[in-house]
Order: sequence, then C-alpha cells, then structure tokens
Amino acid sequence: MSVEKRDLICIGCPVGCNLTVTLESGSVMKVEGNTCPKGDTYARKEVTNPTRIVTSTVEVVGGSRPFISVKTKNDIPKEKIFECMEEIKKVKVTSPVHIGDVIIENVAGTGISIVSTKNA
Amino acid sequence: MENYDIVVIGGGPAGLAAAASAKENGCERILILERDNELGGILNQCIHNGFGLHTFKEELTGPEYADRFIKKVTELGIEYRLHTMVMDISEDKVVTAMNRERGLFTILAKAVILAMGCRERPRGALNIPGYRPAGIFSAGTAQRLINIEGYMPGKEVVILGSGDIGLIMARRMTLEGARVKVVAELLPFSGGLKRNIVQCLDDYNIPLKLRHTVVDIDGKERLKGVTLAQVGEDGKPIKETEEYIPCDTLLLSVGLIPENELSNACKIKMEPVTSGPLVNESLETSISGIFACGNVLHVHDLVDYVSEEAALAGKNAVKYISAMETDPSDTEKKQAEPIQLVATEGVRYTVPAVINLNKMEDSLIVRFRVGNVFQDSYISVYYDEERVMHRKKKIMAPGEMEEIKLQRDKLIQFKNLRTITVKIERE
Amino acid sequence: MYDVIIIGAGVTGCSIAREISKYKVSACVVEKEEDVCCGTSKANSAIMHAGFDAAEGSLMARLNVRGSEMIETLATNLEIPFIRNGSLVVCTNEEDLPKLQDLYQRGIANGVKDLVVLNREESVRLEPNLSDQVLGSLYAPTAGIICPFTMTFAFAENASQNGVEFKFNTIVENIHKRNGCYEVKTNHGILETKYVVNAAGVYADVVHNMVSRDKMKITARRGEYCLLDKSAGSHVSKTIFALPGKYGKGVLVAPTVHGNLIIGPTAADIEDKEGTNTTGAGLEELLQKAGNTVKNLPLRQTITSFAGLRAHEDHHEFIIKEAEDSSGFIDAAGMESPGLTSAPAVGEMVVDIIKNTFQMEKKTDYIAVRKGIIHADGLTVEERNELIKRKPEYGNIICRCEMISEGEILDAIHRPLGAKSLDGVKRRVRAGAGRCQAGFCTPKTMEILSRELHIPMEDIVKSGVEAKVVIGKNRAAK
Repeated sequence: MSVEKRDLICIGCPVGCNLTVTLESGSVMKVEGNTCPKGDTYARKEVTNPTRIVTSTVEVVGGSRPFISVKTKNDIPKEKIFECMEEIKKVKVTSPVHIGDVIIENVAGTGISIVSTKNA
Repeated sequence: MENYDIVVIGGGPAGLAAAASAKENGCERILILERDNELGGILNQCIHNGFGLHTFKEELTGPEYADRFIKKVTELGIEYRLHTMVMDISEDKVVTAMNRERGLFTILAKAVILAMGCRERPRGALNIPGYRPAGIFSAGTAQRLINIEGYMPGKEVVILGSGDIGLIMARRMTLEGARVKVVAELLPFSGGLKRNIVQCLDDYNIPLKLRHTVVDIDGKERLKGVTLAQVGEDGKPIKETEEYIPCDTLLLSVGLIPENELSNACKIKMEPVTSGPLVNESLETSISGIFACGNVLHVHDLVDYVSEEAALAGKNAVKYISAMETDPSDTEKKQAEPIQLVATEGVRYTVPAVINLNKMEDSLIVRFRVGNVFQDSYISVYYDEERVMHRKKKIMAPGEMEEIKLQRDKLIQFKNLRTITVKIERE
Repeated sequence: MYDVIIIGAGVTGCSIAREISKYKVSACVVEKEEDVCCGTSKANSAIMHAGFDAAEGSLMARLNVRGSEMIETLATNLEIPFIRNGSLVVCTNEEDLPKLQDLYQRGIANGVKDLVVLNREESVRLEPNLSDQVLGSLYAPTAGIICPFTMTFAFAENASQNGVEFKFNTIVENIHKRNGCYEVKTNHGILETKYVVNAAGVYADVVHNMVSRDKMKITARRGEYCLLDKSAGSHVSKTIFALPGKYGKGVLVAPTVHGNLIIGPTAADIEDKEGTNTTGAGLEELLQKAGNTVKNLPLRQTITSFAGLRAHEDHHEFIIKEAEDSSGFIDAAGMESPGLTSAPAVGEMVVDIIKNTFQMEKKTDYIAVRKGIIHADGLTVEERNELIKRKPEYGNIICRCEMISEGEILDAIHRPLGAKSLDGVKRRVRAGAGRCQAGFCTPKTMEILSRELHIPMEDIVKSGVEAKVVIGKNRAAK
C-alpha cells in the first residue's frame, strides 16, 4: 500500500491553482487545492492519463494566407502529441474553410478530430 | 474631410469590442481603422488556446475569439477599413490616415477610441553585447513568421524571457520540430502564467533558468551561439557562471510596450509606469473625447479583460457624444475635483488613475499590477486615511493583473474624498 | 582589361569611383561583401568634422577641411541628408583648459573658419544639457552631421550611373604585376587592370602587402556606439566632444541627421578584422564617459548598440599615394577619422595621382546629379496624394516606426546597385531602423524582397550571404 502525494499546477484555466493529489497504489484518493471542479477532473487525469489540446497550423490553398490555424477538438493523450503533429504536417486544405470544419477525422488514432480555428 | 461619430484606431480585440459596444449603445457612425489585411489584431497569430474563458465560458484559440467579435462587428454593420495606417491624431480629434486606394485622408471625429495595442521590446533596448547576426527575433515576430507567413525562424533555439509569449513560442517551435534548449529569465520568477510553465516547458523538458540572462551573442552573419550567465542580487551578471550555448535562434520575450506614438503626437498625458495614457473612470484620456482601451492603455494578460475594458470605453464614448450634444460647454464636468487613485507599496499603477464621481457608473473596476511576488498578503484600499478593503490573496505576481471593484454609493458617502490608495499589506 | 580597379566599396572607394567616372576610363569597384557600405562606412559617428583636430599641416587636416568645404554642394546634387549643426569640444578639467586654446590655434592653422573659444556660461547657453563639470568649450560652427549610408550609396549610384562597374561578393586573393599591368586574382576569376586603387579599409594592409615590399600595418580599432530613440534626439543640438586623447576624439554625443541621438565611440585595438561585436565593458565605458560631458542622458531610450572598426595606421595619417615600388598601385589607406569627412577630397586626390601618369579625357556627358529615394513622409499632403495616385505603393506603410512605405522600399530595391537584403533596405530607406528595430516590418520587407528579386523567402538575408533570416518553410526544422 504505497501512498504518494504529487504536486501539480492545474492548466484548466489561466488561474493555475496549486493542486495536491494523493495516490494509493496508483489510484487517486484525493485532490486538494482546486477552486473549481475542472481542477479535480484535471488532476485525476493528469496523474493517470495526461492529455493536452494541440494547436498548430495547416497549409491552405486559395486563402489570403498560406496557413490556417487548427486545433484538436478535444484533448488527446500527451504521448500522442508528436504523432498528431506529424499527421497535421502532411495535410493541405483548400479554401473555403470555416471555423470548426474537420481537417483530420481521427488524428493519430485518438478518435479526436483536428478542426479549423480560422476562416479562409 | 469625412465625419464620423466615433473613430476606433485598431481592429484588434480592443477596437472590435469598443466598436461593438458603441453601436449597441446607440451610436451609428462608427469607423474602425486597421493597418493589417484583416481584423483581429494580434489574436490572428495567437493560435494557441486559453482565450475566452470569462467572456464565452469556453476556451478558444486566438483566431476563434477574434472571430466572435468580427462576426459581431459585421452583424452590427460597423464600417471598417483595412490596410489603413493612422498617421496622426490632432487635439481636436482630426484623424489622418492613409491607404493605397484613398491616399492620405482626414476624418473629423466626435470621439476617438485608441486601441493600437503594443509592440515588443527589442534586443537593442537591453544593450545585449555581441554581434548582430540574423537569427535574433522578438518572440512575436517569430510567432508571426511561423503562424502567418509559414516560415521557420530556426532549429536550435534559446529563449530569453519567460513571459507568456516566450513560453508559448517554446512550445510552438518544439512542435514544429525545433530544439528549444533553454528559457532564461532575468528575474527570480517567471512572468508568465503558471499553466504555461507546465504545458510549454515541463511537457517538453525545456529547462527554465531563473536569474539568468544573455551576456554575449556569437555569430557574425547567422547566430552561432549565446552566452548565458547567472545574475546576482544586484542584477549584474556573474562572470564565473558564464555558459556558452550553441544555437541558431534567439527569441526575445523581454517586455511589451504600449504603442503610443499617436497619443504622443496629440500630446495626451502619459502614465510613466504603464507607458500608456492617463485615464479617468470613463477611460477618457487627458483630451476630452479621446478614450483608450486594451494593450495601448496598459498591457493585459487576458484578452477577456481587454474586451471588458474596451466595451466600457465604447459605451463611454457614446455617453460623451450625447453629453456634448446636450451640454457643449461640459459644465457638469467642472463640478467636483476628481478623486486621485494612488498606487503605492507594492502596487505599481492603477487604471484608471482618477475618478470623477459624477461620471462614474454604479460600480467601477480598477485594474492594477503588483511589482513583486506577494504570498499570503492583502490588497488594501484606503479612502483617504480610512482602510475600507483588506482582502487576503494567497499569491500575487507582476505577471498577473489584479482588480478591485469600487461601488459608487460607498464613495459618495465619503465626505470630501480626495484620494483612494491601493497598496499591498503583509497583515 | 580595366583602366582602374578600386578595391573596396566603402565611402572612400565609392568617392574615388565617382571621381573617376567623370573621365572616359573603364573602372570597376571590387567589393567582398554583397553590397556597398558594409564595412566601416556603415558603423561610424556620421560626423563631418570641422578639421581642427588633425595635426597641423597633415594630409588629414588638409583633406578634412577640403571635404568639409565640398560637402554642401555634394549633398545638394546627390541628395545626401546633411546638417551643419556645429560642434563643441568641451573641457571638464581646469588644467586642460589650455588644450582648448591649442585646438583653436590648430584649427586656425588648418584653415577652419569661424572657430571660437567659449566660457562655461556661453557654452551652456548654446547647449543647456552640458554637464556641470563643463568649464568651457571650442565652438566649431562648420562641423556637421550626415547620413554615412546615403553618402556612400550616393557616390556609388552616381559612379554606376556614369559607367563604373561594381562586382560584389568578390574577394581579392592576390595581385600580381605582369607586363606593366595588374592581375587581380579574385574568387570569381582574374581581372586585369592598369591601375589598382586600394580602398580596402581595415584590410588595406593585406591588399597593399600583396603588391609592395614596404609592409603596411593597419590595426582595426573598434568603436562601440549606442543609438537612442528619436524622443532623445534633441537632448543636444550640436555634436559634443570631449577633449581628444591618445586614442582619438573620444566619446561624443550628437544628434543624428535622422533625429536620433548617438553616443560613441570607444576605442579598442583588436586583432580580429571582423570583430564588430559590442562588449559589455565597452558599452558600460561608453555610457559612463558620455555622462562626463552631457548630463541627464535618457539612456532608457536606447534602441540599439553597434560597433565599427576604424582602419588605424601607426603614424595616424592617411596613406594616399602610389606605392613606391609598384607604380600604378595607389593606396587610399588608414582612413580612420576624419575618413568620412575627407572622402570627397580623397576621391579628388586619388584621381589627381592617377592623372600624373595617365592622360584621362573628361566626359562631356557626365551626370552630376543623383535623384535620391523620396522620403514620402516628408511630402505635403497634396504631393503625397499625387504620388499615391500614380504609385499606390507609396500609400502602403511597411515600417511603422519610421513611417516608410512600400514605394520607398521598391525604389531601394530597383535603383542602380539596389538593396538585396534587409540591412540593404534599412540603410537606404530606414525601414527597420526605428524603435522596434524591425520587429514589425521584417516579415513584410522579406516578402517584398522575395517578390521583387524573385528569390524564395528562405534565401532572404539580413546582410551577407550566410545571414538567412529563416531556415525554411514550416516543418523545415526536422
């Protein structure tokens, strides 16, 4: 029965609450320091299956600029970030593109799509 | 010469929110002048998320947040001109602007809203010794090159300055395949949001060296490397700690400066700490009818507060115009001495700097920044000599703007109130 | 086969090129960098000295005074920004006061006009920001400030307009005299010429020693400078010098012709002829020394610092003569201060030397005027709108700090010997020279260069072939 305490900073919003997570044999027992439920959710995820939103740009043809900004629609597992970037780098889209349009369906096998965050 | 009720200088988040608010408050003839080829300002290159949590209860990327306001402006039918550089503003609110189609043209405005944003401090202002090769960029210029133009500034990167732009670019360049070797920060604490330390540095094992600076730049044509050194208590580099770091790119995130060339041209009174205009409770500058909001007034951390501030400026610009129409000599304004806000003991400045009680709305948000990191301290507000607020805050840092809310009815109760002091107290 | 090859496209080489272009001769300027004005000419105090400082009877004194006389007409004909703002040499020590008198006498002997020695009160009335230690000064109304870049470009463009060839990125590797003429071996092949003019700046000794047995030694003397924002530009109106010392004229504080304030230079002899880096110690020394002569310097308004190398010859005198053991090889070397001021006169002198042994016929169609790049921000509203109607690019602002339009940048690129790099644009039209130091305009200027010169963005350089700004399109890092 190993009890472990981990200190984290919540990245759920710009406040950045200092969180302390108590784990017992790898399972989350308690989360302290959060000032909203998002912090609790984040802490539990971060110590078991950390995820991130990835933002980047994708080449676009026919727009006023050569690239448009994109993001993962939801957070993806942290270890998939670079694989996700590799897929994004291969894509070229054609104007018109609207905010929210799906650019890649299921990026890096995460089940999450890459969507446009810019109109072009 | 053209005529408009309100001319908004800058079509970034501040300008857009101010214009929308002005229209919603009944003003018809509004014109936004924007120098870029699209609206949205700096948000267009801020492709990361973290925007809009307060305004929309969602986390949006910069372009998405901008789009919300661009849609609003379009739906409200507000006029705007792109590729248009404002060259001058006169004290009597004549705006001179220029673009390819019209050449130089002038507009007589009843009110002007300054929303020009800010620029970055360059290497030269820090006097970093060494060569002057290619490969040195301010973080924002690098951000623009990658996110808008689509070019990679370099691949072996050192970043000086741990403000948000530096941290965001550490991640951005890493995701694009560069190796960010270190982020150096002169002060003993980082200037950026804690979440950015986690998701931009820790996530990618990029070391953060506090109390460090760049003391030499090597490479005559293209950057070859930089020398980092620790700085002592006196802020001076310690020679024995010098360390050469080979790199081809140096990003500088060493401060933002409100862009007040135009404000200086019409001799608006400036606040030396913010380098922005001195404003009253209506966000009006020392020239009546000229208002300021957003980063040109003081550098913000969260765009949500920019939008809030700008909406207030827009509303007040409309109030000003109708007051002028009913009472051109503005006799109401001369009624009382304005209340001075005093920033001291840990508080570097406040926006606004003065309050005219008779012009104040029911409540007023006063925004300020502290000059140091304060733990378990109190924000204290004094009306003249009497302490009226003593709020404990676990942590306060220079990189995070703070605010207090003042209530008009409480202020009125105070007889002959001359000053409101905002300070930090330990107990 | 050329009649004359000039090595070095700095202000000296370009002035000589311009003078030679008045004659029906074939001439070529060979320059190791990618542009004109890349050496000392781009990193100096930008001062047109009055001429009291140089030793009495010296060549420096004579050419300084002559250059100072010539510059007004040249500035008008070639559109070079020049202001005769005057200078004060200030004295801050009681025992040094006699030195002011010495300088005054020397100035008179050198032919400098209107010199006068002032007491403290008179000095401070002229310049209220003189430091409290100033006891008196030597006032030289004929001193001036100039744009050294435009001066060099103007000479070069004018020379080019009148037929002089320019070869860039061309390094002289060796020179041989063969059959009465010179073979100049470069990295791009061999050039043959009757005359060689050595205007190679800090490398003048290297070039000279390829040809002559009387070895020359040029020491690179580094000078560091700070440039302050235009808001500090009127802190002083005249050029303020401290009394000259062993290493030269010392640290000055002066307005620039563009409205900035310049402080500098220091003086450190260095081995490395490419050592144009600033140093922590140098910059500190600079700011401390400047405070001796001028008070309340708004140092927080610094926008950049830089360093330049002066070509110092041991005898502290210009070497402008035919090599004694190699006829047809003419040195224009040791061109440290007052090299910039003297440049017009050096051009005259070198051509006179060539004329001794080469009968050159004067051109009848020599073009004496040069049209400069329009400074659109200086036009009236009507003039500007008329220009924008014809050329809309003049209505598109690229550099926001200096208010430079695309039209001016296009002119800088497309005129003879046009800009090919960011620094080339900066030195010709000031885009990127302002308070944000090209933070805003760099991507835009790069786009314009790329479009106009038909080269990809990845190949755009700051200055010099290696100084590429970006490494490639996004994704290029992997």
